[in-house]
Amino acid sequence: MSEILKGGISRRTMLKAGVAAAGVLAMPAVLRAQEKSLKVGVYGGYFKKSFDNHIFPEFTKATGIAVESIAEPTGEAWLVQLEQAARAGQAPADVSMMSQVATLKGQATELWTPIDISKIKHGGDLLDRFINKYPDGRIAGIGAVAWFITLVTNTNVYKEAPTSWDALWDPANKDKLGLLALASNSFLLEVTAKTFMGGTNALDTEEGLLKAFDKLAEVKPNVRLWYRDEAQFEQALKSGEIPMGQYYHDVTGLAAADGQPVRSTFPKEGGIQDSGNWVISRASKKAEEAHVFIDYMSQPSIQGLMSRKVGTAPTLKKDVLDLKPEEFAAVSSDIEPIIPRYDLYTTKADWINEKWTELIVG
Amino acid sequence: MRREAPNSLADYGPLLYPAVMLVVFFVVPFSTMIAVSFFKRDPAGFYKTDFVLDNYARFLTTFFGSVLGFSLMLAVLVAICCVAIAFPFTYLLTKCSRKVQTVWLVCLLSVLSLSEVIIGFSWSTLFSRTAGVTNLLVAIGLMSEPQALLPGFGAVLTGMVYQALPYTILVLYPALVRLDPTLLEAARTLGSSPVRAFFNVVTPALRNTLVATLIMVFVFALGSYLLPQILGRPQHWTLSVLITDQAIYQSNMPFAAAMAVFLVLISLALVGLTLLVGRKENAA
Repeated sequence: MSEILKGGISRRTMLKAGVAAAGVLAMPAVLRAQEKSLKVGVYGGYFKKSFDNHIFPEFTKATGIAVESIAEPTGEAWLVQLEQAARAGQAPADVSMMSQVATLKGQATELWTPIDISKIKHGGDLLDRFINKYPDGRIAGIGAVAWFITLVTNTNVYKEAPTSWDALWDPANKDKLGLLALASNSFLLEVTAKTFMGGTNALDTEEGLLKAFDKLAEVKPNVRLWYRDEAQFEQALKSGEIPMGQYYHDVTGLAAADGQPVRSTFPKEGGIQDSGNWVISRASKKAEEAHVFIDYMSQPSIQGLMSRKVGTAPTLKKDVLDLKPEEFAAVSSDIEPIIPRYDLYTTKADWINEKWTELIVG
Repeated sequence: MRREAPNSLADYGPLLYPAVMLVVFFVVPFSTMIAVSFFKRDPAGFYKTDFVLDNYARFLTTFFGSVLGFSLMLAVLVAICCVAIAFPFTYLLTKCSRKVQTVWLVCLLSVLSLSEVIIGFSWSTLFSRTAGVTNLLVAIGLMSEPQALLPGFGAVLTGMVYQALPYTILVLYPALVRLDPTLLEAARTLGSSPVRAFFNVVTPALRNTLVATLIMVFVFALGSYLLPQILGRPQHWTLSVLITDQAIYQSNMPFAAAMAVFLVLISLALVGLTLLVGRKENAA
């Protein structure tokens, strides 16, 4: 049946699959004419379309390097493909956008060519969290795109915006919440730790994790929907059927701008910031061009352009950006974000996943 | 016409095509899945070729057992509901005029064109508090205020029965159309009421068809993945949902494969058991 279609239906992943084929077919012919070229893997669908329209043509104009953009498949399938191709000395893409967990997994097999930060002019302006390092300090990846998951509410039901993630625990919100269904995409353990346990370091030990699970179990009676499919929650949030939950800041902002009765709030503990890195496959022979590309993408003007056109949060410090305050607020916040503990999803993945499933299903 | 047993290799020729298809599209993928279910999971990567039983061991817990139990129970319930609704309906349908039958069958076929996604979202709207059917009940004064009818077991069951019903009817239809009308006439002549004739004559005459239909709907419902997610709470998630979580989100192919193999084996065993019981009863 349509099992395949129903597969990875989380926002970032579902979008990736969509427009894949068309773009791949259309691009190469146009670009073959140019001499220098670079194959760039980006999440398919929305991201690829936005990059093809707004970012890559500018890059080619500025550097003379043609970009062949490749739509990455969902989940970690792309990591596996890169890994297997690299063993055969092939690089399906020279540079790829890679999730944090996948970047860590690639590190284990030395899949990423270390990045020379001296070739990135604005390397010093990057926020620390957007520099992904090997355990020995070499740089494995540089922040590509970032986005926020925040506390969202229906404005008809909640006249006052909530101020803290602890609203999720409020007994008054019984059966009113929509939350993401997986530990590794909801990052609710991190939210719990930051809100009640003094920070995500509390999750360092198994004991701390169990405490967070216990605290999180208290949220269960309030949850009406544990969603994998974003459309499901977005619709219910707009109609007020499920008036509170966690959702993407940028999309909620767009819906509010369309006149929908929704709002996105950065709680005082911070929004959840998830992101993807640029990484270079060790099989790529175009490390030089790849550095030029990453350098270009990390400029303040391009980061600004991406925030305006693609809706991503900038990877650079705020003071070097040319974003107006309202443009900045549309994609980010000054409140220190909650950074997911990606390391947990490589080292303790199965344990956490099993506890999590038992928590919400049991 | 007498049927001769095939005695040369060429006589088996026509079997070749289905055999090849079966091997390519069933045996090979399924064997791959069985093989992967014994591979070793590498949490920091993907999986390594190996022979370990961990994946099956991990599955043998009360937690996964209860999820499996729920999935089977749900599929059985959907099958029973579908047949209970579809059998009398199809029987009455075959008594209608040709024209009425055609209209009904075309409508049922058009329901089949709806994808699971559309069915799921439609029911979630129908059952919602803000736009659902309870608003109608409020409008005609039967309820004081609209209520959400989902998420819940009833919603899941409704959605799944709705999805499987057209298949059930289309499977039952040919058998009921071909049912010898003289059987009923004899029953009526001997003084049986229509209802009694239906239960005492039609139903036993079609027992094998009914069992086959039950099994078909059961297998169909067992693979359900989307409707329990859209219409149910986490405790109504089927094993298919957990398999997908493992395969797509956790990149744990070996564990996902082990669960899938287990599900297939259990359902095959149940189907086998049903057939066995049926045969014994027929013989008795």
